[in-house]
Amino acid sequence: MSDTNSPGATGGGDPGRASWPEYLGGESHGAAAAAGGSGRPEDQGPPRRVIGTPSPAASRTLLAQPDGGDGEEPVEPFTPPEPQDPVRAGKAERIVVACFVIALLAGLGFLVAYSLIGVGSLTATLHSNLALGGTLSLVFLLLAVGAVIWVRYLMPTVEITEQRHLMRSAETDREAFKETFEEGAATSQFVRRPLVRRTLIAATLPLALIPIWVLRDLGPLPDKSLDNTVWRKGLRLLAYGTGRPIKAAEFNSPGALISVGPEGFLADDDAMAKAAVIIIKFRPGELVFGPSTPPGHPTPANVVIPNWTVDNIVAYSKICTHVGCPAALYEQTTHHILCPCHQSTFDAAQGAKVLFGPATRALPQLPIGVDAQGFLIATGPFNEPVGPSYWERS
Amino acid sequence: MSVDRALEGTGNWLDERLGGAKGVRVLLRKIFPDHWTFLLGEINLYSFIILLLTGTFLTLWFQPSMTDVVYHGSYVPLRGVRMSEAYASTLHISFDVRGGLLMRQIHHWAADLFMAGIFAHMIRIFFTGAYRKPREINWLIGIVLLTLGMLEGLFGYSLPDDLLSGAGLRILEGVIQSVPIVGTYLAFFLFGGPFPGHVIIPRLYIIHVLLIPGLILALITVHLFLTFYQKHTQMAGKGRTNTNVVGAPFYPYFLAKTGAFFFFTFAALAIAATFVQINPIWLYGPFNPVAMSAGSQPDFYMGMLEGALRVMPNWQTVLWGHTFAWNVFVPALVPLGLIFTLAAFWPFLEQWVTGDRGEHHMNDRPRNAPTRTAIGIATITFYGILWAEGANDLIADHLDIPLYWTTWIARVTIFVGPVIAYWLTKRICFGLQRKDYHLLEHGVETGIIRQLPGGEYIEETRPLDEDALAVLTSRTSHPALPSGERAESEVPPPGMRGGLGRVRERLYKVVTESVPAPEHIHGNGHGNGHGDGQRAETDGTGGRGEVAGATGAPTESHPGEDQH
Amino acid sequence: MSWITARRRHPAAGYVVIAFVLVIIGTAYAVITSGYASAAPQATPNSAQIAEGRSLFLANCATCHGLYAEGTSQAPSLIGVGAAAVNFQVSTGRMPAAELGAQNDRKPGRLNATETAAIAAYIQSLGGGPTVPSPAQVSSAGANVGLGQQLFVADCAACHNFVGAGGALTYGKAAPALTAATPTQIYEAMLTGPEAMPVFNDLTITPQEKRDIIAYVTQVRAQPNPGGFSLGRVGPVTEGLVAFLGMLLFLVLAALWITAKHGKAHE
Repeated sequence: MSDTNSPGATGGGDPGRASWPEYLGGESHGAAAAAGGSGRPEDQGPPRRVIGTPSPAASRTLLAQPDGGDGEEPVEPFTPPEPQDPVRAGKAERIVVACFVIALLAGLGFLVAYSLIGVGSLTATLHSNLALGGTLSLVFLLLAVGAVIWVRYLMPTVEITEQRHLMRSAETDREAFKETFEEGAATSQFVRRPLVRRTLIAATLPLALIPIWVLRDLGPLPDKSLDNTVWRKGLRLLAYGTGRPIKAAEFNSPGALISVGPEGFLADDDAMAKAAVIIIKFRPGELVFGPSTPPGHPTPANVVIPNWTVDNIVAYSKICTHVGCPAALYEQTTHHILCPCHQSTFDAAQGAKVLFGPATRALPQLPIGVDAQGFLIATGPFNEPVGPSYWERS
Repeated sequence: MSVDRALEGTGNWLDERLGGAKGVRVLLRKIFPDHWTFLLGEINLYSFIILLLTGTFLTLWFQPSMTDVVYHGSYVPLRGVRMSEAYASTLHISFDVRGGLLMRQIHHWAADLFMAGIFAHMIRIFFTGAYRKPREINWLIGIVLLTLGMLEGLFGYSLPDDLLSGAGLRILEGVIQSVPIVGTYLAFFLFGGPFPGHVIIPRLYIIHVLLIPGLILALITVHLFLTFYQKHTQMAGKGRTNTNVVGAPFYPYFLAKTGAFFFFTFAALAIAATFVQINPIWLYGPFNPVAMSAGSQPDFYMGMLEGALRVMPNWQTVLWGHTFAWNVFVPALVPLGLIFTLAAFWPFLEQWVTGDRGEHHMNDRPRNAPTRTAIGIATITFYGILWAEGANDLIADHLDIPLYWTTWIARVTIFVGPVIAYWLTKRICFGLQRKDYHLLEHGVETGIIRQLPGGEYIEETRPLDEDALAVLTSRTSHPALPSGERAESEVPPPGMRGGLGRVRERLYKVVTESVPAPEHIHGNGHGNGHGDGQRAETDGTGGRGEVAGATGAPTESHPGEDQH
Repeated sequence: MSWITARRRHPAAGYVVIAFVLVIIGTAYAVITSGYASAAPQATPNSAQIAEGRSLFLANCATCHGLYAEGTSQAPSLIGVGAAAVNFQVSTGRMPAAELGAQNDRKPGRLNATETAAIAAYIQSLGGGPTVPSPAQVSSAGANVGLGQQLFVADCAACHNFVGAGGALTYGKAAPALTAATPTQIYEAMLTGPEAMPVFNDLTITPQEKRDIIAYVTQVRAQPNPGGFSLGRVGPVTEGLVAFLGMLLFLVLAALWITAKHGKAHE
């Protein structure tokens, strides 16, 4: 009972339509393929139908052809009304109904659970989440299972073959389109009068730029902002979180570390994003010292500047020079500072020089000293920009 | 029947205003082929719908504001802690809104599933060649959707302003800052000043709830429309050819199945959101720029970029007072950029190499396109190694591998791995092809041993059934390139000239290299006459059948292929 | 033939001989070396404890740390580390170390609380150092958990992760998870800076602030996970694994079921 509605490989039988290249299933094989194989009777699969798709042209016509324009109407229904195995369908129906009934109850359960179970604490939230989520999961799971059994066992299996047509339009249509388009272009004078055309395009160019132009006030220009932090001579180092100043004499355990920030800025996130500092206490002899240097002046690499330390306490910027994560993972045995983001490793005994990882520059050292009461203070700003590299950084 | 009444009522009302009885009928009867891999794209569609639904719920309570507040809510350990309103409102949703935590978790799981589904779907499309003409537009739309999805997820999980996602924003800012010439400007414009500023969360919010979802919605609509209009591809099988679609009609079959799959998707997400905790921002704590945690990773779809950042050696150049931070903007832009560019150009590259400009509606079996499959696996290997490197500190901790070793291993294997993967995959494809042809030539082993009168033992084989036969004989033939054999003095045809033409010819040979298909398809068992031969002659001594044209290798004379 | 001779070919005979000899040697050694016990004339409980600690030290620690805890190439000096350090190391089972590796991890302790206290008292007597905190000193009562959180994420989470789930260090070391640490052990670890961990003395992070940190760690690790299984509380990596191996796999199976042909044997 297979039908083809077109003799050739081109579905819809449009005149002027291109045909499939042979290596893609073109002419000589189309009809045979549509006939559905060898036709052996032993294959008792679903009833197979072959239909052709109506050509787009036909489907757009308002005056319908007597047969709806899609070729011969098959005598049998397109999709059969009953499943092939009614007994199995009966059993399946019971299962599907059971699934949907339980899903209904679960859905009602969700509404009840929402009304009865409150939140406001971790435990209550846990119970609420389990109840609401559990009922919701049940609803969807049972709907899903029921729907699948429905499709597989309640609906008859069909296998229908539909012809494709090439996406490319028929030649006549393409010609007609080309004609219409060119006609319209000529009528519009768009082609014939270049000055009109060009001035129109020119007039719209600023409009294209305006959406980008008006974004200028999104933010300030970086200017010198990235080059500096808020650290200045005399600012005390306060422990982050507690806000307490730190006495050099009290920060005396070798291997100690603490995160600090400048006095007055601990609650200013914008400042702290660049001004966060770690101080580390070393044993005598562990630090590799370089030459004494005034604060703010350029310094040689891979050494600790001695007059920027206090009794083997050294201060480094906490902002990793890779992409700016705070690097506070410190191993006192190896005196490595490890940034947990991308594993840039710095040697705190040698001016925080880079030992491994993607960071290119050492952590800048903050010059520190003590004030009259013995609290640690900065004796100057950093001598270079902190944090990640940027284009204008020399 | 109520169906009649519904049609007469609503249907009539609509038809009188919109027409469309004919057009909608065509749609209802459109045939959709069936294969489980065709449902992978639906994972994304339904995840997206669920994202829209749960996301709308969340917007009713979320405060996209970075104004500092001191927390005094339900989550005890953070009472008295300074945090942004965004973070506080997320805590509020989690612990003070009934169903809030569930919705947050479904939303985040759906985002993960959306991205995981895109990977699975994209890989399926690639390995079956479903991106070929006429579907290149859909392929490109898919790549754009992948990019938008990554951005949408990144911005979405940054909204709560917690420590983990805030670190991610810091890294984003550092990466943007490193871009030559315009980097600092872009960073300051995006963040409204230095990091963190006060506007990034509200800006990401509007991008996340309006701009990108709008784009994704529009693109998904086009994506689906094209799938309908061009009709879905189909897998090789009995009766399936490049010029037809075999399956069941949209109404009611496909609707029912896709509806069922929607329920399954929602069920999977609901189960995950009930039983598996995701993004516990209360454990991470609010963002502050001084704090950092070990084992900080972004969501998995950003993991490859994270790995690229970790694996890069610390190279930078300072020239004329300016810094080229290779160590940052190279890993951020190059690996993923390479993959996306290769992916976007791939359909056209393949067309150029093979000279194949025809429409393809049959899915390839990956083994029958060994070069494509091998390149795909090599790319996945490259991606995967960088992806794993993104979690290298967790891997080091839990698998007891020294930390720096993981990075060194990654640095070597991102180059060596894809090469080995390419070679290995190609050999596996050829092996699978040989296995197929063995089946074709000799039939399926039945396990029945029979002794011949002469004393020889043979195993009976039976011929393949039609479906298997159709599958095993399906091969993409490539049209012959207009080269053939020609004398040195002859001018090559257009497209094959010059250096590029020679490259093309070499690539063509590589791409179309395949195990030659057998000339004889097995009709019945060896040396006996039983079995219902396909198209074979059956006689007492067992002849062998022939099916014409079952060659897959490119030939000059008849590149055609019988799809029976 | 004697009873022993008759059993000389018993399978366990060799083991019994060796065990016997070891017992003899060990006892002899213990007797001989017990002469190193401190010769303090008073028999106060303190000095008895120190003496006990001394002998335990010699038996369990001296091979690496030196006869007088002065340190060797294999292990640092313990003079001045204080009872707190000893209590931390021994009560967590890290010491006595089973083998020399990148670091010593928590393991079931070999020495019980009394023995630990004895060794701690002995080491304290050698050079002083931080003492073991009392239960009141590590109690979370009245602690400012919010401040504890702030201090923890600024100074501790970089190694130990947001909630103390641990993290990787260099060269095979790792910061351990804090799930099993007692409040006393957490206090002692901060105070003494074991192995690679930095030192946070009582003047930098005051005892009250240490209590705040302890309160944060112990409270967070004990609290339930309202969203379901926590996947180790390490973040998005495990979540991504669940997305692929859980949800995606589930949906693939669902898709296989929906599209399966029934009534056909699979080829």
